[in-house]
Amino acid sequence: MRYAMAIDTKKCVGCSDCVVACQTENNIPHGYARDWISETVQGTYPGLHLEIRSERCNHCNNTPCVRTCPTGASHIIDGGIVKVTPEECIGCGACIESCPYDARYVHPEGYVDKCTFCDHRISNGQDPACVSVCPTHCMYFGDLDDPNSQVSKVIAVRNIKVLAPEAGTQPQIFYLV
Amino acid sequence: MREELITSGRMNPNIDPILHVWHWSIPLYLFLGGLAAGLLFFAAFRTLTGDDKKYGTSVKIGPIIAFAAIVVGLMALLYDLNHPLYFWQLYTTIRIVSPMSWGAWTLLIMVPLNLIWIFSYLKEILPVNNIKINFLKKIISWVTVSSENITQNWEWKHKMVKDFEKFVQNNRKPWAWSIIILAVILGVYTGILLSAFNARPLWNTSILGPLFLTSGLSTGAALIMLITKDHNERRSYSKIDILLIIIELFFITHLFMGFQAGSQVNVEAAYYFLGGEFTVTFWVNVVILGLAIPAILEVLELLNFKVPIYVPGLLIIWGGLAFRFIMVDAGQVIRYLY
Repeated sequence: MRYAMAIDTKKCVGCSDCVVACQTENNIPHGYARDWISETVQGTYPGLHLEIRSERCNHCNNTPCVRTCPTGASHIIDGGIVKVTPEECIGCGACIESCPYDARYVHPEGYVDKCTFCDHRISNGQDPACVSVCPTHCMYFGDLDDPNSQVSKVIAVRNIKVLAPEAGTQPQIFYLV
Repeated sequence: MREELITSGRMNPNIDPILHVWHWSIPLYLFLGGLAAGLLFFAAFRTLTGDDKKYGTSVKIGPIIAFAAIVVGLMALLYDLNHPLYFWQLYTTIRIVSPMSWGAWTLLIMVPLNLIWIFSYLKEILPVNNIKINFLKKIISWVTVSSENITQNWEWKHKMVKDFEKFVQNNRKPWAWSIIILAVILGVYTGILLSAFNARPLWNTSILGPLFLTSGLSTGAALIMLITKDHNERRSYSKIDILLIIIELFFITHLFMGFQAGSQVNVEAAYYFLGGEFTVTFWVNVVILGLAIPAILEVLELLNFKVPIYVPGLLIIWGGLAFRFIMVDAGQVIRYLY
C-alpha cells in the first residue's frame, strides 16, 4: 500500500477550503496550518502563466525528516505516511530544517506537527479532510499500488509534476499540469 | 526577463516568510562545541606525543575550559528545544543516520571522560592547602586529607578514589586516545549536523564537517595561546594556528568552488556570499578579521616583531563565532524554490 495524492492545478481556484477543513478537522492552533495555498505567476506580461497549488507534506519516499530525527519521533507508518509522535519529540527542529517543502512547524505545545493524510479518517475508509471538502474536486487521494484507485487512474492519463524533485526526496503529492 | 512571483497563504510563525527555527543558541552551541573539541584534542594530542609536561596549560587548564564550554553549550541547546523536558528521549535510541543522535551520544561519553581527566590532574592544578574560606575547607575535608608536610600535596581520603586516580594516571595514553577520537567526532559533527539537511542548499555540502573541525581546532589553539604563561607553548600554538588558518582558507575556497560547480540552488547559495546579502558580513568578519589578519600577525610574531598576543587570539575566536552565526543564519534564508 502506498498512499498518495494528486492535485489538479487546472481546477484549483485557491479558495483555501482545504486549509480551513484541515484546521477544523485536526484542531490546528490559531495562526498555524498543515496545508496551504501557493500561487505562482511566471513569465512577462502579457505572456503570464498562473498556477495555483494546494501544498502540504509530500509524504516522501526518501524522507530527510525521518533520517535526521535524533529520537525516532518522526516515523513512517503503513502506506508511507510520515508521522510525528508528540511524546517522543524534543522539539529540536532538525526535521523542519531538513524538509525542502517547509511542511512542518512547531506546535505551541512544543512538539513538531505536520500533515498526517488524516490517517484517522482514511482508516475508516474516508478521504482526508482537505480532499473531501474541495469544492472543485481538484484533489484525488488513494493507494498508488491499486491501479483502480482514483489517484492511480488520474496519474495514468494526465501530465504530472512534483515539487523540487532535485531535492531527491521522491515526493508523493503529484500536481496535474 | 522571465520572472516568477510566488505567493503563499500559509504564514506559519518561524517558517514564513523565511525559516527561522534555529536562533542564537544553535550557532553559539556549535561554536562552544567546536572550541571544546579543539581544547580536548590538544590536551590529548600533547599527552600522546609525550609532551604533557612541556605543555601544562593545554593538558591541565584546557580541559577545564572545555568542560565549561560544553556545559554552557548544552544549556543553550536545552534552551533551544521546544520540548526541553523530553530531552532524555535522545538517549532512548541510537540513530546512526541522524547526526544529532551522534552528537548527543558523543557528548554523553565525552563529558565523564573529560571530568575524569580533570580529576586526575586536580592535585597539580589546585593545591587545596591554600584555601582560606572555612566553608569550602570543610567540604574539601570530607573527601581529602591535607598533608602535614608542607612540601607534600594533599591526598584523597578514600582508598577507592585514590586507586581510581592511580588507574587513570597510569593509563593516560588509552585515555587520551579515546578523548582524541571523540574530540574529532565532536568537531566534525558540529559541521555534519548542518550538512545533513539537504533541504538547505548552503549547508548541503560535506566540506562543512572538516571545515568546522578545523575552525574548532583553530579557536581552541587560539584560546590556549591567550591563557598560557609559557612562552614556548604560546609560540607552538601560534605556529599551529597559522597552519590551521591556511587549511581553513583552503576549505572555504573549496566550499565556494563546490557551490559554483553545483546545481542552480548551490550557485544561488554561493551568490549570497559572492555579491549577495551576506557578502560583507562574511568576508569582513570571518575571512579578513578572523583568518587573514591573525595569520599575518602571527607570522610577524614568529619573525620576532612585537605583537600583543591577545589581538590575533581574540580575532580568531571572533572569526569562529561569527562564522557559525553567519552559516546558521544564511542557511535558513537560502532554500529550494519551486
